Amino acid sequence: MSMRTLPLVFINLGGEMLYILDQRLRAHNTSEDNSEKVMNDIVGTMFSKAFMDELLKPQQLYSHRTMKTVLTRLAHASIMRLNPASMDRLYELMVMAFKNQVFLCLRPKDLLLISYNHMDTIREFVKDTPMAVNQVDETHRKIIEAYSSLSEGELQLLRQTLLTFFQDMHVRVSLFLKDQIQNPNGRFALTTSGPVPHGTDVPGLIRIFDCRGREVRRREFPSGGSYTSSIREGSFELHGNRVIRLGMNMYTVDHPEETHTSRAPSVKVITYGSPNPLAKEELNLLARLMGSMKTENKPKDESGFRINLFNTDKEEAEAGASASAEESLYGVINIQAMQDEQAASELARIAGQFEEEEEEKPEKPSNNKGEELLAMMDDL
Amino acid sequence: MYHKEKSIQIKNSASALYNNLSVLRIAPRRLTHFTVVHANMVNMVSASWDGLNYTHRQLQSKEPNVATSTSLIMQMYESDGSIMVYWHALDTPETPTAQAVFARGIAAVYENYICVGVSSGAILVFDVPSKGSNITLSEVLEEHKESITDMASECSGSQECIANLVTADDGGNLCVWKSGEEFQLLNKIPGFDMSCSSVKLWKGTAVAGYGTGQIRLYEAVTGILHAEINAHARWIYSVDIAPFSGLLLSAAEDSLVRVWHMTITPETNSVEVAHLHNECVTDTQICGARFCDGDGYAFAVTGYDLSEIIRYIQS
Repeated sequence: MSMRTLPLVFINLGGEMLYILDQRLRAHNTSEDNSEKVMNDIVGTMFSKAFMDELLKPQQLYSHRTMKTVLTRLAHASIMRLNPASMDRLYELMVMAFKNQVFLCLRPKDLLLISYNHMDTIREFVKDTPMAVNQVDETHRKIIEAYSSLSEGELQLLRQTLLTFFQDMHVRVSLFLKDQIQNPNGRFALTTSGPVPHGTDVPGLIRIFDCRGREVRRREFPSGGSYTSSIREGSFELHGNRVIRLGMNMYTVDHPEETHTSRAPSVKVITYGSPNPLAKEELNLLARLMGSMKTENKPKDESGFRINLFNTDKEEAEAGASASAEESLYGVINIQAMQDEQAASELARIAGQFEEEEEEKPEKPSNNKGEELLAMMDDL
Repeated sequence: MYHKEKSIQIKNSASALYNNLSVLRIAPRRLTHFTVVHANMVNMVSASWDGLNYTHRQLQSKEPNVATSTSLIMQMYESDGSIMVYWHALDTPETPTAQAVFARGIAAVYENYICVGVSSGAILVFDVPSKGSNITLSEVLEEHKESITDMASECSGSQECIANLVTADDGGNLCVWKSGEEFQLLNKIPGFDMSCSSVKLWKGTAVAGYGTGQIRLYEAVTGILHAEINAHARWIYSVDIAPFSGLLLSAAEDSLVRVWHMTITPETNSVEVAHLHNECVTDTQICGARFCDGDGYAFAVTGYDLSEIIRYIQS
């Protein structure tokens, strides 16, 4: 599958995260100063040269666990704090929003316009901080450079890789249910009406040609839908009208309940049954990404402020209790980090969180994996 | 013309991959095998014709040892999935490139070849002896410059056709071959930079489905375009032909499956296409559609994120 998904995954998931955080910050009546600081810190870390350069290297898309870990770290690059239950809900919202955008985009190339929509809004969030705007612009240029030359076929492969990553996730989002973007069973609505993609003709015509290429007959057939001609193409430049609306900020301050999520009753949490043989590669990527994020602004927990993605703290605590039961459903590799080194490094702590389910292990991994990872972190 | 029948449940949902459904009818045993891909796993369901028995099997790709530098791209099993008889790995280059390595597109070709497409554009030709499991790599065809998307062998059963394999790539280019100890390239039909995601070959006519939602019928050996259909509003994921009746099935991300009828008379070089039927699989981006028999009496459909194989039979 595609080796170029990571930059788009982070820009779009990160973008959705910022939309939701922005809504929560304003709903909580957070001060202008604090809000601005949170946004600037997260954007500054996400769009830093070191982090983006790591993402732009051709590599596979790993598990949700890795993505969630890095995104949590990104969120905590600011003075804001999210507890695990809120982070879980935030991740669900981000992923379902992006899944919807990838699912509905008319043609694979629109994935870039969706990414640019996210970047345009992010630029707006940090418009008063020239350095942050510069970082977003630089990243945008690199994305344009990296992706403009891809063919539609390659972009479709990228899209298919993303769709496989989102497979079987049917978390229901209040806003989507309300707008009928999503059905009560968690699946997205797909209409058989509207404009066709750029480059596609409205279905309904059969043309027959003779050996010399002249049209000798044409016939129409019922398309079973009500399609219209394609609308004008959006801009793929640094600035411009993207035309499509997918990827724009749908959240409003007045309706915080829009970010409520619930699992459809019959749907299970995604599980990956067999141990991932590429776990070592995945941990390597995680180590590199964490290492590339600046850590100067990381304060102690007490000096930051908390953001809650639920209505009340009580709800958040309840959600936290049930979430830890579900954590064990993720099948991951067990790293035996050394006792004394564990305290010294944040990465070791995160690595220690990668606990594998007992029943799914065919063989015990050696301590070498943990030692290698720790050695790598010493080099950072 | 068709009505929906009872769906077959599969263990996992179907992934968004082109041509993501295979159907094999085993008449002597009165059953049909259905296979659907979910990420790196193949789900097989064997359904008895009386509708009473369903057996499930899952085949997982045996992941390569990441310490070595090979990419496992293909495993071959007995038709019921019971035993793996062969596997093939490609050497990956020393320095990793941005291009991923994967296999896509497969066809069984007269007389005893299985061809597999690769992301580089190469086509691996395997010689499969009628007895024993001594499968060998016979040839590597390097004509396509873009990733292979699909390929198909002549399905009319007629041995008079000169061409017996057509291969398609991400640029929409079609190559037409004659099989043998050394495969012969008969023709190259250029694409328009639009991926051809699914292709079939019947009575010397290549039927190709494209990312633009168009279907084109070409005379394979000469490249003459006989018909062009603005068939779907989104990317086509699957086309299939029922060789005894000339029925054509097309399915796309627009949630629609369409049935057409083709009349091809090679002697007079005439082609006719008529639209017969539409089925809408609500809110589903279809990724596989196949006829279940040579007459097109029944067909089956899979969709992204759907854990069932939907079936339709003629009324």
